[in-house]
Amino acid sequence: MTHDEPAGILADPGAILRAAGDALTKLDPRRMIRSPVMFTIEVGAALITGLAMARLAGQPGAEHPAFIAAVAVGLWATVLFANFAEAMAEGRGRAQADALRKTRSDTLAKRLTAPRREAATEAVSSTQLRAGDHVLIEAGDIVPGDGEVIDGVASVDESAITGESAPVIRESGGDRNTVTGGTRMLSDWLVIRITANPGESFLDRMISMVEGAKRQKTPNEIALDILLAGLTLVFLVVTATLLPFSMHAVASAGRGEPLGLAVLAALFVCLAPTTIGGLLPAIGIAGIDRMVRANVLATSGRAVEAAGDVDVLLLDKTGTITLGNRQAASFLPATGVTERELAEAAQLSSLADETPEGRSIVILAKERHGLRGRDVEALGATFIPFTAQTRTSGVDLDGRQIRKGARDTIQKAVVAAGGTMPAEVNRICDDVAKAGATPLVVIDGTRVLGVIELKDVVKGGIAERFKELRAMGIRTVMITGDNPLTAAAIAAEAGVDDFLAEATPEAKLAMIRRYQQEGHLVAMTGDGTNDAPALAQADVAVAMNSGTQAAKEAGNMVDLDSNPTKLLEIVAVGKQLLMTRGSLTTFSLANDVSKYFAIVPAAFGGIYPQLGALDIMRLHSPTTAVLAAVAFNALVIVGLVPMALKGVRYRPLPAAVLLRQNLLVWGLGGLLLPFPCIKLLDLLLAACGVP
Amino acid sequence: MMTGAWIEVAAILVATALAAIVIAPWLAAVFPMDDAPSGRPDGNRRLDRWLDAISGPVLRAAGVRRAEEMTAAEYGAAILLFHAAGFVFLLVLLRSQAVLPWNPDGLPAVPWLIAINTAASFVTNTNWQSYAGETTLSPWSQALGLTVQNFVSAASGLCVLAVLVRGLVRRDSPTVGSFWRDLARATLGFLLPLAILLGLLLASQGVVQSFATAIDVPLVDGDGVPAGEKATRRIVTGPVASQVAIKQLGTNGGGYFNANGAHPFENPTPLSNLLEIVAMLAIPVAGCLAFGRWVGDRRQGRALLAAMAVLFLPFLALIVHFETSPNPALPREVDQSASVDHEGGPLEGKEVRFGPAASALFAISTTATSCGAVNALHDSFSPLGGLVAMWMMQLGEVVFGGVGTGLAGLIAYTLVAVFVAGLMVGRSPEYLGKKIEAREMKMGMIVLLVPPIATLLGTASACVLPAEAAAAPNPGPHGFSELLYAFSSAGNNNGSAFGGLSATSPFWTLALAAAMLVSRLLTMLPLVAIGGSLAAKRTVAESPGTLPTHTPLFVLLVAGAVILVGALSFVPALALGPIAEALQPRPIAEGPS
Repeated sequence: MTHDEPAGILADPGAILRAAGDALTKLDPRRMIRSPVMFTIEVGAALITGLAMARLAGQPGAEHPAFIAAVAVGLWATVLFANFAEAMAEGRGRAQADALRKTRSDTLAKRLTAPRREAATEAVSSTQLRAGDHVLIEAGDIVPGDGEVIDGVASVDESAITGESAPVIRESGGDRNTVTGGTRMLSDWLVIRITANPGESFLDRMISMVEGAKRQKTPNEIALDILLAGLTLVFLVVTATLLPFSMHAVASAGRGEPLGLAVLAALFVCLAPTTIGGLLPAIGIAGIDRMVRANVLATSGRAVEAAGDVDVLLLDKTGTITLGNRQAASFLPATGVTERELAEAAQLSSLADETPEGRSIVILAKERHGLRGRDVEALGATFIPFTAQTRTSGVDLDGRQIRKGARDTIQKAVVAAGGTMPAEVNRICDDVAKAGATPLVVIDGTRVLGVIELKDVVKGGIAERFKELRAMGIRTVMITGDNPLTAAAIAAEAGVDDFLAEATPEAKLAMIRRYQQEGHLVAMTGDGTNDAPALAQADVAVAMNSGTQAAKEAGNMVDLDSNPTKLLEIVAVGKQLLMTRGSLTTFSLANDVSKYFAIVPAAFGGIYPQLGALDIMRLHSPTTAVLAAVAFNALVIVGLVPMALKGVRYRPLPAAVLLRQNLLVWGLGGLLLPFPCIKLLDLLLAACGVP
Repeated sequence: MMTGAWIEVAAILVATALAAIVIAPWLAAVFPMDDAPSGRPDGNRRLDRWLDAISGPVLRAAGVRRAEEMTAAEYGAAILLFHAAGFVFLLVLLRSQAVLPWNPDGLPAVPWLIAINTAASFVTNTNWQSYAGETTLSPWSQALGLTVQNFVSAASGLCVLAVLVRGLVRRDSPTVGSFWRDLARATLGFLLPLAILLGLLLASQGVVQSFATAIDVPLVDGDGVPAGEKATRRIVTGPVASQVAIKQLGTNGGGYFNANGAHPFENPTPLSNLLEIVAMLAIPVAGCLAFGRWVGDRRQGRALLAAMAVLFLPFLALIVHFETSPNPALPREVDQSASVDHEGGPLEGKEVRFGPAASALFAISTTATSCGAVNALHDSFSPLGGLVAMWMMQLGEVVFGGVGTGLAGLIAYTLVAVFVAGLMVGRSPEYLGKKIEAREMKMGMIVLLVPPIATLLGTASACVLPAEAAAAPNPGPHGFSELLYAFSSAGNNNGSAFGGLSATSPFWTLALAAAMLVSRLLTMLPLVAIGGSLAAKRTVAESPGTLPTHTPLFVLLVAGAVILVGALSFVPALALGPIAEALQPRPIAEGPS
């Protein structure tokens, strides 16, 4: 995950200059009409500019030409600042795309000159591999790309992707013949044929999307646009009807002047929801951009929004809830064997075992019994590594043949060698399995020493995270291939709300449908081809980039890090996007109150001087009052650009608390903030000698 | 005694609350929410059978199938058709009054303009009256034309509410109920029994209910009659109590007499005054409580009622305060305080049998609900008192509002508030489990914006026509208030008159008729459309991440949305009217109007 904010961009003069240039080209009315609010302001700006020019050319009129020109400048500034905000957001997306190009994963692959193990190899970057290339992968290697197994049998650790903690066997032929890029070989070797070209990857597609800037409005944006357009319309009527109203008032009061067009335009731009109208596109672009920064490619802005709505998360056990691999938790000796004796044998058998499980056994032996690691070579021992054929591993030392492995494999080996499996060891194995762990039996020749308990280790802090999610109203469901006993034990430890054990693709799909039937929105991650139906059904479906093509096509997001925990972040980004929109809308609307207090007394003071009582800010003059309100209205857009790009602060809290806090900050803040600001701008204008 | 005034106000409010609590379960039973009537949970099954029995014969005669269900489009078309038919029927009736029976005074046909205005007014539940009832309409026209429309226009308002609530309650449903069935049940099973009860109570107080013609009575002091004038006065009677009962209950407001609720035959005693205020408020309040029953969460209904109360009570306190305070236009030496023979406060334009406090309460009740009946001259209220009355209408008639339509309008405001608030908590917005999307937003905004736009454009058109603006006789800001009030009343389907305005010219009759029709139909039809689109949606499950819509904070938010759209749109206009008048250093002379 790369979260390093390109912090420089807001302070980067180059980016600001480019955005300023873009802001000008965006004045094209054909582009402006996409935002009804800003389009009407642009029309108003053009109108008032025309009026100012006519007045300067000598046309008669009541308003001072300089005042009209100043209002025109204010209107243009409002439009330009809004365009600038959008351009800044787009610029940030472009910068992100450039950065992504550099971070395309790059591992070294052994390309074969012919599809045989014995053929000569050359070391090439994985990015140079083409579909059809043949590659040799050996124990310890990272699989350089998606491919099909041509030759060999090997165990592969796919836990980071598949959610299965046990190593899987991959072999040529049959339905276990695909390997996924990013997985790790544990034993043996494979020859694979690469199936995807570079350039067809999701990373490439994402880069083109971020740069394309061809953005469709999301449903929520459309609904908000309708709200803003409606408000714009009513405020247009409010200001337009003030002309006849003021004419009537002048006629009956016998003094003053009907309102001029410049004052009406100024009132309109102040009342129309320009703050949110101007920042809306920037907020949307920035939301997608934040997803990209979390290394998630969303196929649409709609998917990002839906992420904020999700209230059921289907989480794969392995990698999300538990660490990727099981770890040794205890030594359970058979009768007549001390725990230390068992630990010693287990340690010996694992000294040269590079699997995560093997290493965890050595660590446990050291922690529990102070057994130090020894050099297998120096002991003169022969290490028997785990292979797919024997399914056991161990060590031959001083005539001893220590082996460890799954119960059934070991039992066969013991019986074959003329021994028996003690009933007591079988009982221990059953107990371990019931507690949700995996038993590993250790033998020395035919003597059964005891059992190593391998446990899934729940990630630190994950239970707290689920608690937060619960407070936000999001249910967590653990998906695992484990048996129900194991699943229940881990589910209880992790504190998820529900679990699905022995999960099959069909069971997953049925579960998603059931939740949706109850009115929930479901998010899940998946990678395998058999996940595709469930991914297609889920409301937010995050496919791992290392997953199969079918999975990626069925999902509406792809996580480039292939990190199942990412789902939690995706939800946060979605919520933050919506919250930013809502908060700035509230702020924008609450702003209107103060502007009435600035403009109404200024506009009508000539007709009814007693309305000066409404001028609670005690502004310098009607001219400065109107200009200060217009200036505030334009400047507040610029002031909120960082907020639109960064998003409002997001915390996982219940809706009632979030509403209270945001309403306090953006509602009450929006109501009060303009008063001192307009007063300040008024003082500034007066100090500059504006009459 | 000012304390006495407050006690009176409090007593009426308590009586309203009690009445609403009694009516609410009944109203809830009138409109079943499910599409399968038999599958309804217990509780009101007996009431339901009774409602079916009372409305069944009419529906069978009209050929409506028992289980008939309509889509929103069909329901909307039925409403439109029903309004059109009502308009034509009323127009024909008024135009042919001269040849129709029960016209004891031999009144001629109602002039075209007045007839159009009146037909539009009564069909739309506005009941703006550009005529004087006793000298223009025969008892036949009043009873068969106006009183019938009083019932059915109120009932169709309730139908719109029912559709909207069905949208919230039903899931994945293509239909929203049957207009004909809803209309029959609401009229015959709900409004009619209530009106009969209220009519009897009012008659007990002396409200006239008579088939007799006008009576000529000799003057008590015949000697004082100037030469050339008759020594008798004609006193018009008629079926008054029956019309007054439904005009109050159905938030119609069209009085039998020109003086409306100030006429002693329409509103003779303080008790009748209390009954009439309670009758205006009871059904809209009961609607909120019924809403809670319909959606299966009483808190939701109470929250909407609280939002209305938050907007109503402070302004009730203000208008009572303004109207019981001394008139600042009078010299300081004039004693305006309450005493044995004076109620205290300005009494010009008010009935002494009610006094300033009850007049102020009546005024805010009639404008907050879309009733429009009056028992005092709003024109004579203090500038800020008049502002409160005007503003209650300008809020879009959603603070209580018309029966059915008021709550439906407030729900439209709630949808907009939910939309913004929902975003603020990071969820795409939903109300009672229904997602609020572009279509709801579009229709909701039409509901919210049509009344203020109709009001402002109407007033502006009067302002640019000096001859028409002159219909308001008062100079200065007060004259503007008269223009603004008229269009606020018509553009929000209230129907109350400020007074003073002579609105019988072609411009005024037609412009107000247009405002009434546009406002009524362009709020009702989008509300039905919202009901239809919500009904078709699935219901999203509730969780702690769901925005709670029953909390005090949410109540304030809804009230804030109403103020933002309803009130802020009118701030500049109000500044030129009542606010400029109130802030006037030397008040202009009180217009005699």
